[in-house]
Amino acid sequence: MLDLPTIWAGLLALVILIYVILDGFDLGIGILYPLFHKGEERDTVMNTVAPVWDGNETWLVLGGGGLLAAFPLAYAIIMPALYAPILAMLIGLIFRGVSFEFRWRDPAHEKIWDAYFFGGSLLATFSQGIVLGAFVQGMEVEGRAYSGGWFDWLSPFSLFTGLSLVFGYAFLGALWLIMKTEGGLRDRLYKMSLPLMLMVFFLTGVVSLWTPFLSPEIYARWFEMPTLLYLSPVPIIAALLAWRIYVNLKRRNDYRPFPIALGLFVLSYMGLGISIFPYVVPRAITVAQAAAPDSSLGFMLIGAVIFLPLIFIYTGYSYWIFRGKIKPGEGYH
Amino acid sequence: MDSVDTAALMLARLQFAWTIGVHILFPSFTIGLASYLAVLEGLWLKTGKQVYIRLFKYWIKIFAVVFAMGVVSGIVMSYEFGTNWSVFSDKTGPILGPLLAYEVLSAFFLEAGFLGIMLFGLTKVGKKLHFMATLMVAIGTFFSAFWILSANSWMQTPAGYSINDAGQFVPEDWLKIVFNPSFPYRLAHMVTAAYLTTAFVVGGVGAWHLLRDKTCVGAKVMFSMAMWMAAIVAPAQIFIGDIHGLNTLKYQPAKVAAMEGHFETQKGAPLILFGIPDMEAEETKYAIEIPKLGSLILTHHLDGEIIGLKAFPKEDRPNALIVFWAFRIMVGLGTLMAMIGLFSLWLRWRKTLYSAQLFHKIAVWMAPSGFIAVIAGWTVTEVGRQPFTVYGLLRTSQSISPVDAPAIATSLAVFVLVYFVVFGFGIYYILKMMKAAPTPGQSPMASEHPIGLDSVISTQASKEEH
Repeated sequence: MLDLPTIWAGLLALVILIYVILDGFDLGIGILYPLFHKGEERDTVMNTVAPVWDGNETWLVLGGGGLLAAFPLAYAIIMPALYAPILAMLIGLIFRGVSFEFRWRDPAHEKIWDAYFFGGSLLATFSQGIVLGAFVQGMEVEGRAYSGGWFDWLSPFSLFTGLSLVFGYAFLGALWLIMKTEGGLRDRLYKMSLPLMLMVFFLTGVVSLWTPFLSPEIYARWFEMPTLLYLSPVPIIAALLAWRIYVNLKRRNDYRPFPIALGLFVLSYMGLGISIFPYVVPRAITVAQAAAPDSSLGFMLIGAVIFLPLIFIYTGYSYWIFRGKIKPGEGYH
Repeated sequence: MDSVDTAALMLARLQFAWTIGVHILFPSFTIGLASYLAVLEGLWLKTGKQVYIRLFKYWIKIFAVVFAMGVVSGIVMSYEFGTNWSVFSDKTGPILGPLLAYEVLSAFFLEAGFLGIMLFGLTKVGKKLHFMATLMVAIGTFFSAFWILSANSWMQTPAGYSINDAGQFVPEDWLKIVFNPSFPYRLAHMVTAAYLTTAFVVGGVGAWHLLRDKTCVGAKVMFSMAMWMAAIVAPAQIFIGDIHGLNTLKYQPAKVAAMEGHFETQKGAPLILFGIPDMEAEETKYAIEIPKLGSLILTHHLDGEIIGLKAFPKEDRPNALIVFWAFRIMVGLGTLMAMIGLFSLWLRWRKTLYSAQLFHKIAVWMAPSGFIAVIAGWTVTEVGRQPFTVYGLLRTSQSISPVDAPAIATSLAVFVLVYFVVFGFGIYYILKMMKAAPTPGQSPMASEHPIGLDSVISTQASKEEH
């Protein structure tokens, strides 16, 4: 049954997935930033994302705006519940976002803006991971409002998802940079990619095993027949993708690991979706309960149908323009 | 309604005022600057004159910094509705949400998608496509203004809705929602304000460089363009502002009463030039007034009746002291801008536009006037909407999240601190870039290359010219 709320739940999930993938690698670059040499190497690394970071982050704005529009009740509950990590994420994004411009404007303080770029990226990513974990573990709801405390989001699980996302984004960032750079810098990226990959597998594995134990409902979804049967390919495909990344890293194929790693992210994300649907506030509010009326969703769907394909086209065009290895010193600064 | 935590309410309002007030400065500038860049690049393509591409490259670096600050301060806004104003979000989400979603879909992506090409792509895509990218960014800024002002105007003059069992505003007629009664006026007023803001910044920078070097070609061109803008748009803005005010009188008479400092409803009301509206005493103290003029301006009759604040219950009145003074600051600056624009025409006719030093000094002082006027204008319209978020329907006190005052106080402190540091640096960098001469002058004093990029431009531009 495909009603408007379900369509919008799917669209919104897609929007957030696109955000995670796109801003994932550019936040990841920020997390890895201290590992690059000061000066030219850092310039190059930053220039690989300078033309696209702003578009990548716009998906986050669409995620927030879309949630408000399609599921206003969920937005009204989730935001106060995750008050502190959302605030931290915003602050991180501010520092990191302005660093893209500021570091070129002030050579005397370049080091400071480099540090803010790193710190902001790390803070934003860690907070997003916490938001994710806290969201999955659920929140107290009374009537149409959040009724828990200010620190309910803080749990071993949410801290762990925060940590996992930091490594996940860093891994994506490293693979992106392998595609975009050459020479000694690329060699070092290859070297750091393997340990990063192992760390990501370990962390993702723990989160995957931990999640079903957060609630009997998620447990039932994953570990009862016949669902177990349908879902069993998910970890198998994940293992297969991991193997392909490993092989391509060993063969030093610059262009394969990144897209395969995106596949891995998509898969984990789908696993998350399986654990959550049909809720927009896990185990408290369903998609149907939180949905805005059809007159809102329908009006917005027209916009999505018109604009999303256009956005894909010109975003793709922009990536195409800036494709290939980046030359040192490239940029308008 | 149960008791509202007044401290939390005041802090949440302060936080919103602070974050939106800082944020609006950036789009006020980028809306106009994007169009200005498109004009400059268009002129370059048409005439092939180097000065235009130089000015383009000069302003685009400033644009990039302002735009980045606009983006990051804007993301804050899209989440602050939820964190601090969750009840408002729940109730108005079905109407305001789609408007904001349209803004993201039609405007933000367009701007962000083509900004990369605009900043980095000139050598990669060629001149024509690059110009198209610049146009897309400019159009994006306008779309953005369109949707966000539609959303804001709906909160001022709600239309096309019904209210469901859960107390949510539900859309009935999207055409009426988008084109609600105050929207066309507010859109025209704000876009014009953004153009004026940019014109006075560009003019101020041009004037500053003219004061240092009268021969600086780039400074002449930008000063001249800015003054044309001021001469045409500033008087137009006064007219637009006037009809916007009449629209407000029709739909939000309490706001106009606060703007005018009128407490009593009266026929043949005076125009109060200055005074101190006192909400407690329900009168405007120390008023300096011109008899009958208030009625004449607002009703176009000497004896027209004007409703005063006392006609509204005490709990439904906006704070007249703030609205009254913010309005005077805006109008005062607008009038000054129009005078400067008109005076520039006279100087132009006398052929002294580039040598009138006192005028240049005034233009430098007027450079930030647009920002101040924009903030003052928004203060009038937003404080004037109080004590409601959705005018007449949803009270501000009933819009707030169930979040405790300490949480809001903490986040407010963080935003104040971070914005001062980050945007303080940003403004410092912008001023630094403005300090560099737009084009090398002919006098020996200014002939040195001010920035490294200039040599790149000149080689590139000369390549293109040959």
